Amino acid sequence: MPSFVNPDKCDGCKALDKTACQYICPNDLMVLDKEKMKAYNREPEMCWECYNCVKICPTQAVDVRGYADFVPMGASVVPMRSTDSIMWTVKFRNGQIKRFKFPIRTTPEGQAQPAGGWETTATLDDATLFTEPASLGLPAVWTK
Amino acid sequence: MVDFKTVEVDTDLLILGGGMAACGAAVEAAYWAKQHGLKVTLVDKAAVDRSGAVAMGLSAINQYVGLKDGQNTVKDYVDYVRNDLMGVTREDLVASIARHVDSTVHLFEKWGLPIWKDEKGGYVHEGRWQLMINGESYKVVVAEAAKNALGTENIYERVFIVGPIMEGEECKGAYGFSVRENAFYVFKARATLVAMGGAVHVFKPRSSGEGQGRAWYPPWNAGASAYFTLMAGAEMTCQEVRFIPVRFKDAYGPVGAWFLLFKSRATNAFGGEYMVERKAELANWAPYGHVKPIPANLRNYLGMLDVMEGKGPIYMRTEEAIQRIADTYKDDPKAYQKKMKELESEAWEDFLDMTISQAILWAASNVQPEEKSSEIAAAEPYFIGSHSGASGAWVSGPEDLQTDETRKEYFWGYDGMSTVKGVFCAGDASGASSHKFSSGSHAEGRIVAKAAIRYLVKENPPKPTVNAAQIEALKAATYKPLFHYEQHKNATTQPEVNPHYILPKMFMMRLQKLMDEYAGGVSAQFTTSKPLLNRALELLALLKEDSANLGAADLHELMRAWENVHRMYQAEAHVRSILFREETRWPGYYFRADTPKLDEENWHCFVNCIYNQHTGEWKMLKRPILHVFGPPKEHELLGG
Repeated sequence: MPSFVNPDKCDGCKALDKTACQYICPNDLMVLDKEKMKAYNREPEMCWECYNCVKICPTQAVDVRGYADFVPMGASVVPMRSTDSIMWTVKFRNGQIKRFKFPIRTTPEGQAQPAGGWETTATLDDATLFTEPASLGLPAVWTK
Repeated sequence: MVDFKTVEVDTDLLILGGGMAACGAAVEAAYWAKQHGLKVTLVDKAAVDRSGAVAMGLSAINQYVGLKDGQNTVKDYVDYVRNDLMGVTREDLVASIARHVDSTVHLFEKWGLPIWKDEKGGYVHEGRWQLMINGESYKVVVAEAAKNALGTENIYERVFIVGPIMEGEECKGAYGFSVRENAFYVFKARATLVAMGGAVHVFKPRSSGEGQGRAWYPPWNAGASAYFTLMAGAEMTCQEVRFIPVRFKDAYGPVGAWFLLFKSRATNAFGGEYMVERKAELANWAPYGHVKPIPANLRNYLGMLDVMEGKGPIYMRTEEAIQRIADTYKDDPKAYQKKMKELESEAWEDFLDMTISQAILWAASNVQPEEKSSEIAAAEPYFIGSHSGASGAWVSGPEDLQTDETRKEYFWGYDGMSTVKGVFCAGDASGASSHKFSSGSHAEGRIVAKAAIRYLVKENPPKPTVNAAQIEALKAATYKPLFHYEQHKNATTQPEVNPHYILPKMFMMRLQKLMDEYAGGVSAQFTTSKPLLNRALELLALLKEDSANLGAADLHELMRAWENVHRMYQAEAHVRSILFREETRWPGYYFRADTPKLDEENWHCFVNCIYNQHTGEWKMLKRPILHVFGPPKEHELLGG
């Protein structure tokens, strides 16, 4: 329906200033119904099924039902994302289940250092970028 | 009606967008700005962690040249790109990105992106230029470095940029609005870097109803870059070069793993391999028909010819590919099982990292790739300056890569600066530098951001002042759809159908329908002609008039209203450019039925255009294709 919200699991992010799904949706689709204190996808036909709302939801209340114009019913694809890996459970229409686990990053969350530890010899006037040429692994930036 | 406050932000460099190019720009600009005491501000319409085309993730990095290990040269990449785009490429821009992109990839790895390694510690390649990654959090990692470099206090999220603040030919920054609160934003900047992505949903998508969001490129890339540069009066290039990818049908899952890892073939329904059976057709597109690898649009075209002859569906022969692997391991069932488990995981990761819809479709259809083929098809047209598209602004190249001849045409002081002083472009916003993908877009963001800081330091442009009456007028125009809706909503018993206004959703569908039918969309088999294009212009003119009557019920719908105005201008730039270029050069992207052949004599050139927002006039012009490395020799055309 693209993304949909299970009302039994959604707690409206406990009335924080905005829900997690609302914060992350790249297309501004997820909103909180303040009366019911439940989130919903207000424009399913503009959903890319990017799963960012599913991955970020603290109560696993968000799921995706494949686009109804071409996807037969009955399957589900559910992620469990941790700080360094993601586990996917793929349930087929006929009940078959496949499970996959992939790493997602090699550094602690929040620790990406812009320079990556590289010094630079670049000056504002040359064609060398910040961290270069060290980050290229070359003695100098290529030129003609 | 509620009041809207005006928030003014003064800055030196304004970065518009939050995707790969903008994050590259942020990292680079932060370093140079600190040295020179300058302020850098970034504005994203979403949350930087998951915005832009890489929001979902990616399963591969598609541009890595491998310079340090001597795998390829910068010139190799330039030859590849020029050939794929049927000769239409700015060699200086492609070379500039190619010489820096490895540095960007090495930074990604340091920041925490898992890149696959072989036993010897080298990167695992999917193809000559492609690296395999575990890319679920690709954008999160890249955004983190950008945020750490810039500081979150310099980043505005959920602010939608409408357009440039112009005074005569001078750009003074950008204006837009918060989609979260009643605030109008005025960013006054001494230089502006445009990196707001390409455009999706200009053409009618194949999907319908709730499936319409399933575009290959994300639906939130709505033409903001093209609109911004057009309204600034910047010269635009390659607006005719749309991109149409061939993907698994409907869900648009990537085919790379199946073609490259499994060595799978694509055939028509009768088992015929169009790449073999239609080889002779390639001669009609010489010299580009003879290059290796065969240009993406020509591969598309051969498949489309099969479809037009009723030989579809076109299939990815997955079962055949898996059987071939089984045959090679027929004496060692244990090794076969191990290999298959590995390949199965890789194939599913390809979907799960970047097109989860495809995983849902396979699961919902009980697809067992070892038993049955899966359909592939050409998607709908998209506008992007990366991948095998080329549309964007016409920008200056780097000084050190110019020849005496190219310097006159391609260089005006600062890398990535458009023809408007102080307006820079990167990623999908800059044109004629295809195949930059995610990594090249980030690298280009870095190149252009450094040039923008250099511009600020060398030229020392004055701090912009804005005219208060002009700001009030822009603010009134920005919020007009809200007031228009409010004023008229009670004229009918049902707010969606109302004689006084058109809502953004139907406005978009009207645009998509006319582009689909007259400008060579899916329904027209990507075919158009001069009369059809002229008719498209008549319909676009009426649509443009009606854009003054867009209505919006809330801030979210207001964003949709402006997104569709942006799309409309991208559409017109496209229609005018394919009308101007009287030949067919990329038959797998669009086919001009009235000029069905490649015409090297008259059209081996760039088609550029300039829009004048005050008169509404379009100026069309040709620009020469010049070689930085000298004219290509025959063996270079053949990919060797």
